[in-house]
Amino acid sequence: MSEKPLTSHIRADRAPLTLREYEAKGGYQSVRKALLNMTPQAVQAEVKNSNLRGRGGAGFSTALKWSFVPLDAPKPKYLIANADEMEPGTFKDRLLLESAPHQLIEGMIVSAYALQADTSFIFLRWAYHTAAKAINIAIAEAYEAGYLGQNILGTDFSLEMHLHTGAGRYMCGEETALLNSLEGKRATPRAKPPFPQVSGLFGKPTIVNNVETLSCIPHIITNGAEWFKTLSLTGDSGTKLYGVSGKIRKPGLWELPMGTTLRELIEEHAGGMQLGLSFRGALPGGASTDFLVREHLDVRMDYGSVAAAGSRLGTGTVIVLDDKTSVVGFVKNLIHFFAQESCGFCTPCREGLPWIEKILHAMQSGDGRKDDIPLLELHTRYLGPGNTFCALAPGAMEPLQSALKYFREDFEAYIRERASLEPLTA
Amino acid sequence: MLTGEEITEIEKAIHVVPHRKAACIEALKIVQTKRRWISDDSLKDIATFLEMSPAELDSVATFYNLIFRKPVGRHIILVCDSITCWVMGYEKLHQHLGSKLGIRYGETTGDDRFTMLPNPCLGTCDCAPALMIDHDLYRNVTPEELDEILDRYV
Repeated sequence: MSEKPLTSHIRADRAPLTLREYEAKGGYQSVRKALLNMTPQAVQAEVKNSNLRGRGGAGFSTALKWSFVPLDAPKPKYLIANADEMEPGTFKDRLLLESAPHQLIEGMIVSAYALQADTSFIFLRWAYHTAAKAINIAIAEAYEAGYLGQNILGTDFSLEMHLHTGAGRYMCGEETALLNSLEGKRATPRAKPPFPQVSGLFGKPTIVNNVETLSCIPHIITNGAEWFKTLSLTGDSGTKLYGVSGKIRKPGLWELPMGTTLRELIEEHAGGMQLGLSFRGALPGGASTDFLVREHLDVRMDYGSVAAAGSRLGTGTVIVLDDKTSVVGFVKNLIHFFAQESCGFCTPCREGLPWIEKILHAMQSGDGRKDDIPLLELHTRYLGPGNTFCALAPGAMEPLQSALKYFREDFEAYIRERASLEPLTA
Repeated sequence: MLTGEEITEIEKAIHVVPHRKAACIEALKIVQTKRRWISDDSLKDIATFLEMSPAELDSVATFYNLIFRKPVGRHIILVCDSITCWVMGYEKLHQHLGSKLGIRYGETTGDDRFTMLPNPCLGTCDCAPALMIDHDLYRNVTPEELDEILDRYV
């Protein structure tokens, strides 16, 4: 049993395995085990025991999410793989989609069985063309081999699977906005409750799981929950696809034990900072996570530890801030993204994000005012949790609020050095 | 008028969803693939075929940044302008493209060859800066390489 279950079967050239090649490496064993020897409840129990947490960013317990789906509800019931990887700085699901499509399909079959879902979609972002080709071939092979379609392995379990490619927009990665998009609507979030588990796609019970989460399922079922826990260094089980990007020597993506420290990722795997640069901070898991700084380098990159350090593990793909890159420019780039990708559904997000971008732009242009920093802080509260339907605006506030906390002098410098204007308010 | 080929493909998309309207994004993409962009006439034809109003379909079409409601060139250049590409200096690529092609974001060259658009994170941040031309992804791009890359698209 591999210490890197998600990636050890991936070829050096990253070309996807054919179904037969994948089977020869132990692929689809979990489908046989689950469908022939386990009840749906037993599959759910195994996943519950494994402590698997969602790898899309929120880190919610997969088994708990599943448990709200009524098993006896009439069909159709849906399972959706969220492959709309669009969190800036995140490039982990791309590898699993392009190079291990059968692992995802296997995970989806077993998960659909556990949920007694009969229809599944892979919601793939438009830009992943290589992945789309690989997935289409893999789905066709899986139908051909009898792993998809009617009466899989001679049982009374049937599952259809379709690939849906998007047409852009970050919002599609938000669970309920994704459902609207799959229904052919604008990707705006839905009010909860009702939760998708009860009333999701086309009003039917629906589960949306991240690609990396679903790719863990075959290994949990084949090798057991206890083994899955031993892969980790901490209480959050399994391995994690970690990435590092920015001005480090060897940017990349690695499957490592959950709980690997930020220092090990940056100094060992990414080879440290580029010559002449030093580490100033990092977003641990995509654009919508709070900065970690030097004092956090020994934080273990699992859900609980990163949360205790004041941030979120998010997608586990680290974006490094070096000492020669402008903090205000860095944050402005993030806010520009969020302002542009806001669906406009909620007022604080639609109005607040462009306002913040204008403030940051003014600061950079030498028009910073004395009350800009309190005004930015006001926005972090008004756009924070509880004021909007989805997590886009609160997520956007995470890098801003932590930048104001850790790099306040960078913001102040713009005002002190360049602005001659009086404050707008007394 | 939708062509027979377009209708066949759209029917296939309708087949996997419970009602016709739900296939509308797929239908827009199918028609755009054939015609480069979605004109008002195309929009009306698709809406009629899916039994929805043109206004409703346009509300969807204008939401998604990769559905084009204005004419575009033969090739689309998507420049990643998100955080890691910003840190790694994508602005140089943007400036080089702008001066070489004489267009800004959202514009098309006079010979109809290229349209340049900004695009959020392309998901290849370990190889930043990155850009896409049509379906081709280019990683670790330098301004020097760009001229040779552009020559591949006529």
